[in-house]
Amino acid sequence: MSIGKSRQPVPGTTIFDGEQARKGYALNKMCYSFNDAGNRRAFVDDEDAYCAKYGLNAQQREAIRNRNVLQLIEAGGNAYYLAKFAGIFGLDMQDIGAQQTGVTKDEFKAKLLAARG
Amino acid sequence: MARIVGAITTSHVPAIGGAIAKGLQNDPYWKPFFDGFPPVRDWLAKVKPDVIVLVYNDHGLNFFLDKMPTFAIGAASEYRNADEGWCIPTLPPFRGDPELSWHLIDQLVAEEFDLTTCQEMVVDHAFTLPMALCWPDMKWPVRTVPVCVNTVQSPLPSAARCYKLGQAIGRAIASWPGNERVVVMGTGGLSHQLDGERAGFINKEFDLQFMDSMTSNPAWATKYSTTELVELSGTQGVELLNWVVARGTLPEKVHKEHANYHIPISNTASGLMVLEPVG
Repeated sequence: MSIGKSRQPVPGTTIFDGEQARKGYALNKMCYSFNDAGNRRAFVDDEDAYCAKYGLNAQQREAIRNRNVLQLIEAGGNAYYLAKFAGIFGLDMQDIGAQQTGVTKDEFKAKLLAARG
Repeated sequence: MARIVGAITTSHVPAIGGAIAKGLQNDPYWKPFFDGFPPVRDWLAKVKPDVIVLVYNDHGLNFFLDKMPTFAIGAASEYRNADEGWCIPTLPPFRGDPELSWHLIDQLVAEEFDLTTCQEMVVDHAFTLPMALCWPDMKWPVRTVPVCVNTVQSPLPSAARCYKLGQAIGRAIASWPGNERVVVMGTGGLSHQLDGERAGFINKEFDLQFMDSMTSNPAWATKYSTTELVELSGTQGVELLNWVVARGTLPEKVHKEHANYHIPISNTASGLMVLEPVG
């Protein structure tokens, strides 16, 4: 397959384009708000109210409830904003990577090390 | 005449900030990365820059998707860091250089690079951490001009366009009547992917080819579309566009003063180069 013909040509990868940006706007806007410590606390205090305030749709609300990164991406989430959501729970990028690839954190770290060749 | 005395290109992952805050520079996990920087500091002490033009991408601190400029430039007298959501300590403010900023804006727009100009701008880890790696005491001895490239929302500017932007920045600096010594920094990459089933993707072969091209064939990366760069370097590896801008500011011939490459820091293959113009 020639790259560039399809909108999403890279396997296992959702390029964050205009379609994703439109779909994920409310979700990403909520995650962007987590730059602020007070907003992070408000989310933890009343998750339902906080999600409602940002107008998340049912798919986005469910993905947030599940803390599921692949579902969040499917719902239009962008990695840079989602990282702020993950930060609320003290998750690092190896936790996130392990969750998305269905392996343990140690297995995910081993995969990164293996890239040394 | 202002003069570009060299370029520094480096990775910029947030975890570096955590490692600095915890003093982990000699921890076995971090040491191979931090050990890349003493030669950079020695070089900076030698070339004594007055100004850093720092090319980076914002990760959702200053810009949100409501307004997403392809290229933006700071025109403020000061730039502050702020909480990005991870409780990493914020770093001291950076002095700007509004006169040089406006000169760059005038020259670049005249060359048909229609940048977004920012008289207020907070700078995130992609700006602050490379500065802290160069000056660990965080007493910045330089003025700064931030140049921000959209690597967040596709369509991204092409590598070819980024290289041309760098060339135009190089010409603009050379036409500034001051005597400033300028170092251009480009931060981001190298290969990494945080999101999707392909998370954890690293491409050492591509990274090393890209780093080699910085000296041997500076326009090499411009043959790729941004989608191809995502395929080769990952969804966030494409931040290497900031390196391409920085490289474009230098002449065809450069001397490689220093380089380091290490896998991994966090999920990222880290690259570091110091380049000096030749001739």
